[in-house]
Amino acid sequence: MTLAPHILSEAQQRRAAYRRRQTVSSVLVAAASTAALGTLLVVAVTGAPGWDRVRESFLDPAIARDALPAVLSGLWLNLRLLVACAAGALLLGLLIAILRTLRGPVFFPVRALAAGYTYTFRGLPLIIVLYVLTLGVPGLRLQGMPSVLVLGGLALVLTYGGYLAEVFRAGIESVHPSQLAAARSLGLTYRQTMRHVVLPQAVRRVAPPLLNDVVALQKDVGLVSLAGPIDAVRAAQIATAETFNYTPYILAGALFVLLAIPLIAVTDWVTLRSARRQGGTR
Amino acid sequence: MVSTSRTLALGAAGAALVAVAACAPQDDNSPTTTATTAAASCTKDSLRTRTPGKLTIATDEPAYEPWFKDNKPDNGEGFEAAVAYAVAEQLGYARGDVTWTRVKFDAAIAPGPKDFDFDINQFSVTEERKRAVDFSAPYYQVRQTVIALKSSKIAGKTSLADLRGAKLGAQVGTTSYQAITEVIKPTVQPQVYNSNDDAKKALQNGQLDGLVVDLPTAFYITGAELTDATIVGQVPQVGTPEEFGLLLDKGSPLTACVSDAVGKLTAAGTLKQLEQKWLAQAAGATELT
Repeated sequence: MTLAPHILSEAQQRRAAYRRRQTVSSVLVAAASTAALGTLLVVAVTGAPGWDRVRESFLDPAIARDALPAVLSGLWLNLRLLVACAAGALLLGLLIAILRTLRGPVFFPVRALAAGYTYTFRGLPLIIVLYVLTLGVPGLRLQGMPSVLVLGGLALVLTYGGYLAEVFRAGIESVHPSQLAAARSLGLTYRQTMRHVVLPQAVRRVAPPLLNDVVALQKDVGLVSLAGPIDAVRAAQIATAETFNYTPYILAGALFVLLAIPLIAVTDWVTLRSARRQGGTR
Repeated sequence: MVSTSRTLALGAAGAALVAVAACAPQDDNSPTTTATTAAASCTKDSLRTRTPGKLTIATDEPAYEPWFKDNKPDNGEGFEAAVAYAVAEQLGYARGDVTWTRVKFDAAIAPGPKDFDFDINQFSVTEERKRAVDFSAPYYQVRQTVIALKSSKIAGKTSLADLRGAKLGAQVGTTSYQAITEVIKPTVQPQVYNSNDDAKKALQNGQLDGLVVDLPTAFYITGAELTDATIVGQVPQVGTPEEFGLLLDKGSPLTACVSDAVGKLTAAGTLKQLEQKWLAQAAGATELT
């Protein structure tokens, strides 16, 4: 027995045609409004009375070319600092979060210290931590004083470690108590429970905010330049002072965005993947 | 010949300035006449000083070394005292015709009547200040200077080549930084700071071998702020240097003549010699070569 060819009812056909028309018209409306807004912006910016002067002082290709080598070598410093500080801050944050979630009265001093650390370093402005570590500590003139870069990196790790510790703690505390109970009933120790049950779930859950903080760190590592080293923004500042033209800043800004794109893409991908996994389609 | 044409140009510029700035207070004589006749009448008898036959010169109280010596401008020692007497002599005043008065820096650059013929007190010539007061032609172009801790490896060095291996620092966007990258060209990347305060701290900590600042700042830092620091030496001129000029009342009838006298002293090399004597030798700011 063969099925009769499926024929849509007249009402259904009308409905489909109506939906098609709606789709086409909404695409057209979206295109028109985008074009209108775009034109308006271009006209408003390029038609502004000061546009020529702004273009000369912010978008001069010759000056950008001249400043590029210096800004790139500064960016290399940012990149190296970012890798070292991100690793350091993630480790420190995780450690502090674990200490802060230890249970039992005997660990009170450890918990108090860890909490005190997160309160202090989330509250302290980064610039002040940098000043103290890069210009204050070397004043002690101790043997084997590390370089300004290491001290500056330490200031960044301390500050960002505070933020990351709280993110990790939120992740750890989001794991349902029944999971802990189940682990204990299987005979796992506290350490094994943390290692095999709690942390894997916690870290996966907070990966997006963690990476978000790393993206923020990427822009803050350059502040080390206040102690002397020349980062990308400082190199742009020097070039700007020489020419009284702000193009080097725009150049440095564009390079920072390019540097951030891979990190942001990874963040989005991790978020998507964890959402899919938690949806149970593993 | 050169100085005559310069005077004429200055006179013309002065006249134009006064003509444009119509709100300038009118003196009893027309400024235009002063300007055009300036070159001809720069003699002691025709100069309209505050006290006829005398030249009243002002500076700050106290006056610091190496610009003055022992806070006594009338001993003619120190760079600015020597320049002041050289200008007086050029205008035809004997040492005894010069009287000194004390005026605070801020009071001198403020608009308003002045009780001196000219003031010499490390005034940088700026467009902003020119709206309130007159300046002579510059008698000094500020030089960049390397300072270091007395314990630093570059303390006592005399040549630029000796500084190549040093870790030098400067404030961002300054001529000092330019002096490092364009003149000294060290092999170690220079350190750059937001302010001279940060840079001084780094120098004090031993994070820098040397710090580059302008000479007046160098005297101040080594004299008053970091007493364990010393001047290594002056770097050859670079970029657009800051200039010191003699300060006169706005629209002063003396401006053209004083400027002319400074111009002649520059042309004759007198100012260069005084700079050598009082800044490089007496104050220990050797010129690095």
